[in-house]
Amino acid sequence: MPESVSLRVDGRATSAPAGITVAAALENAGVNVCRTSVTGEPRGVLCAMGICFECRVTIDGVAHRRACMELVRDGMQVGTGESAVCGPPSAVRSEYEELDCDVVVVGAGPSGVAAACRAAEAGARTVVLDEGLAPGGQIYRRLPGSALPDAARGWLARLERSGAVVRSGASVFDAAREDGGWRISAETAEGSCLVRAGRVVLATGARELFLPFPGWTLPGVMGAGAAQALAKTGAALSGRAAVVAGSGPLLLPVAASLAKLGADVAIVAEQAGLASLARFGAELTRFPGKLLEAARYRSAFFDTPYRTGTWVVEARGSSRLESVVLTDGSRQFEVACSLAAVGYGLVPNTELPRLLGCAMRAGAVAVDARQETSVAGVFSAGEPCGIAGVDVAIAEGQIAGLAAGGHRDETTAEDRALAGARARGRRLAAAMDRAFRPRPELAAVARPDTIVCLCEDATLASLSSCASAREAKLSSRAGMGPCQGRVCGPALAFLFGWDSDTVRPPARPALVGNLVAPE
Amino acid sequence: MPSPDVLVVGAGIVGAACADALSEAGLSVTVLESRFAGGGATAAAMGHIVVMDDSPAQFALTELSRRLWTGLAGQMPAACEDDPTGTLWVAADAEEMARVASRAAFYRERGVEAEELSSEELAQAEPNLRPGLAGALRVPGDRVVYPVNAARWLLGRAVARGAVKREGVEALRIGAQRVETRDGPIDAGAVVNAAGAAAPLLTPGLPIQPRKGHLVITDRYPGFCRHQLVELGYLKSAHAPSAESVAFNLQPRATGQMLLGSSREFVGLDAAINRRIRDRMIRRALEFMPALARLSAIRTWTGFRPSTPDNLPLIGRSEAAEGLFIAAGHEGLGITTSLGTARLVADAILGRKSPIDPAPYSPMRAFAAGAHA
Repeated sequence: MPESVSLRVDGRATSAPAGITVAAALENAGVNVCRTSVTGEPRGVLCAMGICFECRVTIDGVAHRRACMELVRDGMQVGTGESAVCGPPSAVRSEYEELDCDVVVVGAGPSGVAAACRAAEAGARTVVLDEGLAPGGQIYRRLPGSALPDAARGWLARLERSGAVVRSGASVFDAAREDGGWRISAETAEGSCLVRAGRVVLATGARELFLPFPGWTLPGVMGAGAAQALAKTGAALSGRAAVVAGSGPLLLPVAASLAKLGADVAIVAEQAGLASLARFGAELTRFPGKLLEAARYRSAFFDTPYRTGTWVVEARGSSRLESVVLTDGSRQFEVACSLAAVGYGLVPNTELPRLLGCAMRAGAVAVDARQETSVAGVFSAGEPCGIAGVDVAIAEGQIAGLAAGGHRDETTAEDRALAGARARGRRLAAAMDRAFRPRPELAAVARPDTIVCLCEDATLASLSSCASAREAKLSSRAGMGPCQGRVCGPALAFLFGWDSDTVRPPARPALVGNLVAPE
Repeated sequence: MPSPDVLVVGAGIVGAACADALSEAGLSVTVLESRFAGGGATAAAMGHIVVMDDSPAQFALTELSRRLWTGLAGQMPAACEDDPTGTLWVAADAEEMARVASRAAFYRERGVEAEELSSEELAQAEPNLRPGLAGALRVPGDRVVYPVNAARWLLGRAVARGAVKREGVEALRIGAQRVETRDGPIDAGAVVNAAGAAAPLLTPGLPIQPRKGHLVITDRYPGFCRHQLVELGYLKSAHAPSAESVAFNLQPRATGQMLLGSSREFVGLDAAINRRIRDRMIRRALEFMPALARLSAIRTWTGFRPSTPDNLPLIGRSEAAEGLFIAAGHEGLGITTSLGTARLVADAILGRKSPIDPAPYSPMRAFAAGAHA
């Protein structure tokens, strides 16, 4: 049994196993409201991976802390509701660290880990900055001591041996050119950190696509990947009535992990139609490994219906989720649940590449054969270059790490193998993108009073008369909150075809004192 | 479409206020805006409605304007975030404190409420300021609005009276009672050039230069600070002839967010964040308020103040073209002075007498040598 810690939630004593996140501890204590929104709505965990800022609580007197990004500590005081956003700021640690290196890798998911290993093994002084609590990214996120797939264990062990310096819990908020190199600023639990590097690898991963529907702000509604992340970080979901909905191959492992944890998954609703999936299935026969993987996940929840061409049109409940209403386009039906895991696939995290001026192509970072972006010396790998999954991420991470680490040799057999893996993976990804593209009907699900921007509670009606994301932002505040438009931006792109507003530093919220390096 | 009595070019806060005042006077008005209402310097502004005393003319215009804003207070919708915070002009040392007394006297002689705060009273009023500041001048009648929505609301009032708003129409040139646009010419009885920093592109020779500023906004910390805080040395920064300057300027927004300024530099129209001057600005603020270091900053942006050589706006009839009036060059005071400007412009167009002497703002006034008029 893991060691247990004692904490107080709104003054009430509770205990939690060490190593789980505050978000999981709250869930387990039956507290699924974290903050009160700016219009007074109760809000809970939505993304569970640090993107959305919906799970903000006050921790030991410090307001605006993300419950999904902090581990429970003995004696911790957690405040929810009003206190979560109105608490007074209190002292924070302000240690400052400067690191010089040849290659800085931002992100320690599969692509970042692979890039860091290859760069460091090639002799480059390498620093990894990662917002996660431990290397591995979302896909390898887990509780301390729990098992990982062999491949993941291998890469993480290799990272430890590689000599790369890893800073976890480091949220990169600025990146800029300086004296022929790069200067990357991050906020850490201890204070802040400034890394000067000759080359940069941006392995910033992806986030879930949320498309607003009436009721989606109710505590209990979260992303599909979010439900899995919450489970991986210690939430006990046994006995919970759950609905898994949205789109994409991710729905299968999500339903499988919920079922494995003892949740009662009533239905898995995939918005893509049967014809679209059949075409994808045919494509998939060229990737037998993927077919097997899908079958294995499906068998984990074999007695749950998997419905195609079906999507959520409403979540119902007074202060927390009680049911969702789904439709297949002609018929609506209601399913009782206390957990709805709804995600429409993934969106590349491109804020840092855009801040550095990297050219974009179809919403993703444009890179060349060496994974170098349009900005010389800046590389990118994995999901930021287009959603393609873990195999491509590892291949691209290695290519980027080798290139950034100074690999200049003739093309080797390994280079060709990596390029081949990347090409195969990208072909599959393209087919996947065609198959699971959100259907146009999803744009008609939100009502005028449906909140689109969760940080600022901007409704659809408040921004539908605008002509651009910038105009909507300035007049309705949509995108002005701490998530900086990461949640509503892609939704507005889908609903109205608007491009996201310019990225400016800080690319992540950071303490005012951390914006300025000590003189 | 019949020609309007007045064509206002620019739907920033100044153009919007002009449209509001002119339509209220019964004139038919069309407003042209190249992008969308309130999207230029207005969107970058703090929205501090403040009486200034740096020159008699600046005082007259800001005092008139503040009265007009105060009169609108009860009518503005919540989205305008009108908040009567008052201003605290913070004195760092005894020398600055001496100026507090003279400024307080200046305001009071002219009917503007103002009081001196001792060091202790200042600490009590704003506990997050560093201890040991000398004191402050408190001007309780000053307030704060959210500029973008204030502009959109003023424009909306004009539209409700029949004014025509044309967004996405780019003006190219202003001629005699006519504006050339990308979509063809528009004739009007009178034209108001309210294009802010872009005004000289339409009326060549106007002595307006863009003066870049940075702002940082934090997450919500209601009650962290209650007054708009400005260091008493602010005017040194605002009027510094040097290429760049910073000053401590902190505003509590109605949302509970803290808005932090200010910086000034002449760098053309490069909107990128200049981290060096932004950091100078933050360090200056931390000298006055170290506790700011612990607030979470969520966004920064830049904007361009339309500055003039004598720090006064250009308001009134122009001889550059028949029927042309200018309402531009408001530097960092455009939100405050928009309403007074609109009043002077409407008076000039209608031949009415103005509540203050309009001569100091005339676009035809003489500028000191070196000004590029």
